[in-house]
Parts: sequence; structure tokens; C-alpha cells
Amino acid sequence: MVLGRAFEDKCAKMYYDRKMLGFVHLYNGQEAVSTGFIRLLKQQDSIVCTYRDHVQALSKGVSARAVMSELLGKATGCSRGQGGSMHIFSRKHNMLGRFAFIGEGIPIATGAAFTSKYKREVLKEADCGHVSLAFFGDGTCNNGQFYECLNMAALWKLPIVFVVENNLWAIGMSHLRATSVPQIYKKGPAFGMPGVHVDGMDVLKVREVAKEAIGRARRGEGPTLVECETYRFRGHSLADPDKLRDPAEKAHYAARDPITALKKYLIENSLANEADLKAIDKR
Amino acid sequence: MLGIVRQKMLEQSLKKIPPAVSVLRSYSSAAKQMTIRDALNSALDEEMSADSKVFLMGEEVGEYQGAYKITKGLLDKYGPERVLDTPITEAGFTGVAVGAAYYGVKPVVEFMTFNFSMQAIDHIINSAAKTNYMSSGQISVPIVFRGPNGAAAGVGAQHSQCYAAWYASCPGLKVLAPYSSEDARGLLKAAIRDPDPVVFLENELLYGESFPVSDEVLDSSFCLPIGKAKIERKGKDVTIAAYSKMVGYALKAAETLEKDGIDAEVINLRSIRPLDRSMINASVRKTNRLVTVEEAFPQHGVGAEICASIVEESFAYLDAPVERIAGADVPMPYAANLERMAVPQVEDIVRAAKRTCYRSVS
Repeated sequence: MVLGRAFEDKCAKMYYDRKMLGFVHLYNGQEAVSTGFIRLLKQQDSIVCTYRDHVQALSKGVSARAVMSELLGKATGCSRGQGGSMHIFSRKHNMLGRFAFIGEGIPIATGAAFTSKYKREVLKEADCGHVSLAFFGDGTCNNGQFYECLNMAALWKLPIVFVVENNLWAIGMSHLRATSVPQIYKKGPAFGMPGVHVDGMDVLKVREVAKEAIGRARRGEGPTLVECETYRFRGHSLADPDKLRDPAEKAHYAARDPITALKKYLIENSLANEADLKAIDKR
Repeated sequence: MLGIVRQKMLEQSLKKIPPAVSVLRSYSSAAKQMTIRDALNSALDEEMSADSKVFLMGEEVGEYQGAYKITKGLLDKYGPERVLDTPITEAGFTGVAVGAAYYGVKPVVEFMTFNFSMQAIDHIINSAAKTNYMSSGQISVPIVFRGPNGAAAGVGAQHSQCYAAWYASCPGLKVLAPYSSEDARGLLKAAIRDPDPVVFLENELLYGESFPVSDEVLDSSFCLPIGKAKIERKGKDVTIAAYSKMVGYALKAAETLEKDGIDAEVINLRSIRPLDRSMINASVRKTNRLVTVEEAFPQHGVGAEICASIVEESFAYLDAPVERIAGADVPMPYAANLERMAVPQVEDIVRAAKRTCYRSVS
């Protein structure tokens, strides 16, 4: 999480220094979701996300250097500069891409889950309990493809977890202004799968829920919809003036910063001390 | 009610008419006749048999035996895990198929008609076509999108569009348009074996038509190269380049032109992207005149691209301005007489060829 935060802050600096171009969408504040889920995965499990993707790539094991090089358009980047910020792919880490169009990635993740099942049942390949995770936001939950995939994943019992990073805002559109039934987790049971809500600012709580959902998928019990209530500390992208969000709301979530919270937890429970944590920051 | 009965009787009587060719030949050298429908079905069957990673996905491909019966019998043979009936959810199932292809299996996605592919076009272009490039070669997408394309009969504006030009303008896609049964078999097999996304444009009105096929074509290893056109009729006075159903029209036009002393060379494009520019240019350098034919809307069409290619590479060889015949620049009308006027007819091709030869067209 600390690597993710430091990475994103560095991106911001480079963007404002005009060293980075195009669209850059940062993840500050949402680190608990990425870490909570992805650190439980094996290398062969796959993830698909939208454009707010740098930290997921890092969590999945893509080197920070490769991601940063990609953002700077260098040939040493993970896609040799051909993909850019919104299109980080890594075959080796089974990071199947970041997709610019919201909702686009969900069927892709569903397809990866489909192949996992196909390989096991049709091609009879052993050791194929691979799971897919699809990460997307609250805005995507009003998009048709989301529902099409909830339906097919449940219908065909695919090994996938749909992870909603509900940060309450789709650029400047508040989730509450855009959605008839704002509780996204309730949409899972409508399609025949469990729908779970979790505090996305608490990495340990996210991890608990993730363990259960990923376990379900691996055992062949089918998909789960997990709604993580989280918040992005910065604007939608580095070009977003972010004027519509109420400062009180921002302060409320800043107080629940996942990194600060975990630090506090570790110290209170004697799992680490100040010196250990400072050492992580330094790296 | 009466219409259905009459149609059934017509179908029965058509089945009883033997193809003229096979009656005239002796047994040993008789070329077999095969419909496009059977050509496609046998190609799918053979490729699924050879590679268990190949599977079919689409609406009605399984229990209904295919909306146009192209996938007939395949569910019984390969089971529901390899022949998947999908809900009506083009964007969703196309994306699922593309995602599956990222992981190495080989989906063949059927669109009931390519008009419905517009609901899924984001996945065809952004998730399939561009991914090999965006991932700098890490991820390849061995997927085929197939289905009927272009005008049918009286199906109206939303079911009659030709998508060749739109898909062919996108780098990362291959776009094929078979005409004969040999094309259908060879190109579909090539498409399924290809590691990149392929858009395979069939034609509903051609499904029932029969073409002669040699033993070589019937062999299960038969395959045609992608990116190569075919000269269906050699000639020396004018080059007529066409794809899909219009190849048949061009051949009929060539017969009419022959009576007027014009010897037309007819090129069956087979591959819209990559386009066989070298063959078309070589032909025009020989004949010095070009007519392109397509059913699609004229603006930014396949014909426009061919004309540009000729002007860029063989301008000095042209003895007349290039002629481009296309569908009318209107959404396809429903009434039969209007529909006839909205698509090119043989007479239009004949007139265009005569114009390039500076003959009177009265």
C-alpha cells in the first residue's frame, strides 16, 4: 500500500512537471481494496481493471520501474510505450489489461474465468482452479455489460469475483445522483450470487471478505459481488479540478486513510513498531 | 399461411433440380457440388475436431442448429460445453469470448447478422483488434467473428448494412469475405487457425447456392492464404474487382460484356484486410481500366480504398478514370422495387465497364 501511495504521488509530480502526458488516474485512498484482494491471488489468477490501474499492477507483481517506464512512454515499459497509463498489460503476471471504457473489462474478466472452467472441464487440464477478479467503479454499475456479465457468470457458475470500488464519484457525477438503487451489493442476489458490502478503507476487513469470495470461486461455487466502500483522495484524473466534492466528505474519508489505519493497528497490536514502519516508508 | 406453403413447395422443387454441371460430366472427373452452408458447416466441424480449443458461441447456434443452420449438428457432436447458446447479450458475450481468447482458447463467435455486431463493436475493436499492439505482443487474440453481412431480401434498413469498410479500416483486424464454397471452406479454416482476430463476412443470400468443389478443397487440411485475391475470370480489357455476392454479378456482367467485344477480368477480393493490392494493381496495369463493385454504402468504402491504391501506384497505366459502383447512399428501403434500386445490379456493372472503354451505354 505504501509503495502504491508513493508511486501515485510520484506520478502526480511528473504529470504536473509535464513529464507525463495524456490521461492519468490515481488511486490514492483506495489502496486497501487492491492490496486486500490481489495479495491473496496466485500468479496464474488474472485481474482486469479500468484505467485507475497502476496500483493493481504493482500489487499483482509488475515492477514499479516497468509501470513508470510505460507511463513515460519508454521502450522499457511493460508494453514498450505502446499502451500507456490506461493500458497496462502483463502476460507474465496475468494482468489482462486496464480498459479505458468502463464496463469493457468486466466481460473480459468473465471470459478469463470462462477459459479457466473450459480448460478444467473440456481440455481436462489439471491444476486449473484459476480465479479472475474484475475491478471497476460505481459508475460502471449502471452500465449494461455489468448486468450481462452478472447473468452469465451466475448462469455458467464461473470462477470470478466482481469487485466494486465504490468511491461515490464518477468524475463529477455523484453515485447517488446516478443510481436508482445505490446499494450495489444488493444487485448480486438478483442474479443468483451473494452480494457483500465491506469497508474498503480497512485492508484487514477487505482481506477477510476477499478470502471468502476467492475461496468460493476456487471451489467451483460460482461468482460473488463485493462492494467496497472507498474513496479517492485526488480528483478523477490529474486534469480534474475536483470542485464538486464537498470538503467535509473528503475530510471524513481522509481520517480513514487505509495506510494510517493499518499503521495504527499494527502498533496497537504489537505486530510491528515505529521503526519497522519507517523502514517500509524508506524503501 | 399460403405463403409458407408456397415457399415450402418452392424449396422442395429447388432441391429436385440437379445442378447442371454434374449431369454433363463423367463420374471420374465430376467436380462435386457443395452449398456455402455445407462448406461453412464442414469447415467448423473439421476445425473443432482437430483442435479441442476451438468452440462456438452465439445466439441459437446450439439447439436451434443455427439461425441459418450453419452450425447444424455440431451441438450433438461436440456437446454444450463447446457449442454455447448465449443469452441475447452481444456486448457481454463478445467480451467474454475475447477474454477467453486472451487465455488461449479459440472462440468462433456467431453474430446472427453483422448488424448486431454494432452492439459489440467496442469489444471487436478495442478489446480484440488493438490488444496485441497495446500489450506490445504479450497477448494475442485468436478469435473469429462470423455471420451474415450485407443486404438480404426485404429485411429493411437495420438488417441490411455491409460492415466490410468499417472493420477493414481498423489495424489489428483481418477481414475476409468469401464468395464461393471453396472460399468459404478455405478462408474459414484459415481464420480459425489464425492467431489474430478475424472478421468473417458471409452473405445470407449465398448460403443456399452451390459451387463446384474439387477433392483438394474437400480435404480436411485445405486452407486458403489470407490476404490473397483470386482471378475468377481472366481478361484484358477492363478489371472488375468485387467481393462476396457481387463477384457473381461481376461474372454475369462479364458474360454480357463479352457479347459486345469487351473482355473483362474479374477479381474476387476474398480478403478485404489485408487487401491484395499487388494483384489488383498488376491486373489494372494489364487492362488499364478499373471498375470496383460493392453492395455497401459508397462513402469511405472498399471501392474508394481500391481506387486510391490504383491512383497511388498505377496512375500512369490508367486509360480511363476509375469507376466505383456501390449501393445507394440511403438506408436500405423495404419495398422490393426500391431495394432493387438501392443495390448494384448486373446492368450497372456493364454500363460502368462500357464507360471505362468509352463505349456508348445507351
